[in-house]
Amino acid sequence: MNQAQRIAQYKEYSPRESRFTEERYLLFLEDITAVFDGFKALDIEALGIEYNELRIIIGPNGAGKTTLCDVVSGKTRPTTGTVFFDGADITQQTEAEIALRGIGRKFQTPTVFDSLTTYENMELALPGHYRLWSNLFGSTTAAQREQIIDILERVGLADALHREAKYLSHGQRQWLAISTLILSDPKLLLVDEPAAGLTDAETALTAELLLELKDDHTLIVIEHDMDFVRQLDSFVTVLNEGVIMAEGMMHEVQQNEEVIEAYLGR
Amino acid sequence: MFRKAAITHANPQPVEIDEQNPWQEKKTTTENGLVNGQLSIFFRRYVPWALLFVGLIVIPVLYYLDLIAIGTVNMLGRYMAFAIVAVGLDLIWGYTGILSLCQAFFFALGGYAMGMYLAHHGGPEGIIDANNWKIPACLYVVYPYKIGEAPGDALVPWFWKPFYTLPVTLILGLLIPGIAALAIGYFGFKSRVRGVYFAILTQAITVAGWLVFCMNNMKLCGTNGLTRFDRIAGFKLATPHVKVSLYVVTLLALVGVYALCRQIVQSRLGRILIAIRDDETTLRFSGYKPYIYKLFAFCLAGMIAGLGGMLYAPQMGIFTPTNMEAGASILVVIWVAVGGRGALSGAILGTLAVNLLYNFFTSEKDLLLFTWRAEYWQFILGGLFVGVVLLFPGGLIDLWHRLVGKTK
Repeated sequence: MNQAQRIAQYKEYSPRESRFTEERYLLFLEDITAVFDGFKALDIEALGIEYNELRIIIGPNGAGKTTLCDVVSGKTRPTTGTVFFDGADITQQTEAEIALRGIGRKFQTPTVFDSLTTYENMELALPGHYRLWSNLFGSTTAAQREQIIDILERVGLADALHREAKYLSHGQRQWLAISTLILSDPKLLLVDEPAAGLTDAETALTAELLLELKDDHTLIVIEHDMDFVRQLDSFVTVLNEGVIMAEGMMHEVQQNEEVIEAYLGR
Repeated sequence: MFRKAAITHANPQPVEIDEQNPWQEKKTTTENGLVNGQLSIFFRRYVPWALLFVGLIVIPVLYYLDLIAIGTVNMLGRYMAFAIVAVGLDLIWGYTGILSLCQAFFFALGGYAMGMYLAHHGGPEGIIDANNWKIPACLYVVYPYKIGEAPGDALVPWFWKPFYTLPVTLILGLLIPGIAALAIGYFGFKSRVRGVYFAILTQAITVAGWLVFCMNNMKLCGTNGLTRFDRIAGFKLATPHVKVSLYVVTLLALVGVYALCRQIVQSRLGRILIAIRDDETTLRFSGYKPYIYKLFAFCLAGMIAGLGGMLYAPQMGIFTPTNMEAGASILVVIWVAVGGRGALSGAILGTLAVNLLYNFFTSEKDLLLFTWRAEYWQFILGGLFVGVVLLFPGGLIDLWHRLVGKTK
């Protein structure tokens, strides 16, 4: 399916045209542009992420991948266009409101709270404790503690339970960031370069985790590592200079002349 | 959430978790302190209680045995009031990472509230106005009328009247700094003013407040300040028993404030405050609204400073705009830095240490070759601040922790 056909298909389900017959897309970007100082960082006519889809976004440096995440998570307001999430317009909402709606994000560099221990970092990620009073008087239940330990055991961080995050290695921080994201149980996970700085074996485990999450979550994964992308074996969107250049499965995209040119810079 | 599949980790490591209590913090005590083993635990457990015992029992007993002067007890009481302010600053600066330079302003708001109460019940002089209110002597002196010119028209201003009774004064002395902090914090945090810009903003507000309180037209007694205090709740302030009582009350308030803040920093809320210090942006993406937590900490710190001011005023016997000068706020920062920020007991320790040094070095001493003058204190203060920042970033409390071998 080429790009024009896909856009035609998107338009058919566009919430703005309100012609969609089924609730097909969890996230839908429509006519999104983001302009910084006259530079168009993002120019997307239509992009829909279906429920329980794992979408991979690739593209050369400066293609607008992270800007796309910023727009969805509310860090950047798009210059024009609308972002629909789960049937609602979230374009003008703040980061916290968007997070509460169920969009979780892992940043490119693993962001964890350095002075807190692994366990305390996880505790803050528990959903449903965003109010001041519940934090002043509430405590973590036994079930929640078990859940935290389960996840940490899975990623091999359980023995660093009470180590402050600043003493963790880069790989461990990467894991911790992913673990907090998993624990907060969002509907949509924006995962920015999960495999950066990990060994091959760790990368394989990351891929396995993400594929498992796909069962009851929707994911957008931004990645550079082509081996990792192949392991995920999912639908790929190629961004270049802020524009969607091609979409399709990895092996299809790899054959695309334009994509090869953009990557190799011919 | 996961299928319980086999763990395909690179090197599956044996996981050591205490089965009964896996989430309890493991003993992270390392025995690398100068004081080892049992003794270290003994020190850590009993020294705080010993200090409380000294403050609460030994000092008053020493006074009644005529071994220390009432002036010393009174001085310690004032320093305890300062320590209350420092604990508040530690909550907002040490834990939440927001440098506030208007703690002295909040301190003065509390101090003025109590000062107005004390002035109402002040010295015998004063003029009864047309509404049968006695115009406090200190207010009459700086009234915008010249003496004898229009005393018949001079009335006690409306905003003086609520401070006539002690309970209302106590409530307002906490509420007014709290509301001021709410207003400053709401606009500052909501528009995401951060770091050094927030410090400058609060500094500017302190200076503006100081200028306003210095104006005679404001009917807040101008640069003279509130003076001629006489009685608190019917007791004469000049009597030693009242001074000792005020000292004890201040010490208990300090313990209460410390316990409250300790409870907060050990709850989940405390971890959120630390998370704000570490990385506010990430916290926002986790669904928290950092400004609400910052506002909470800032308001609480403001009210604590107000409480400090209310306890300071009757012990000092005078309250002037000098207490809210820009430099006074920076002093609070120095106390906390010297004691060790991010540790509530450090704030108390730092305040007492710096102020006792101040007390010692601001008296004239005849040394062999030259005379030590009070002005030289500034050099010691500056040196202390620079020295602590360069040599002991953890402050005095860190030295203590190293001594007893406690790692955080």
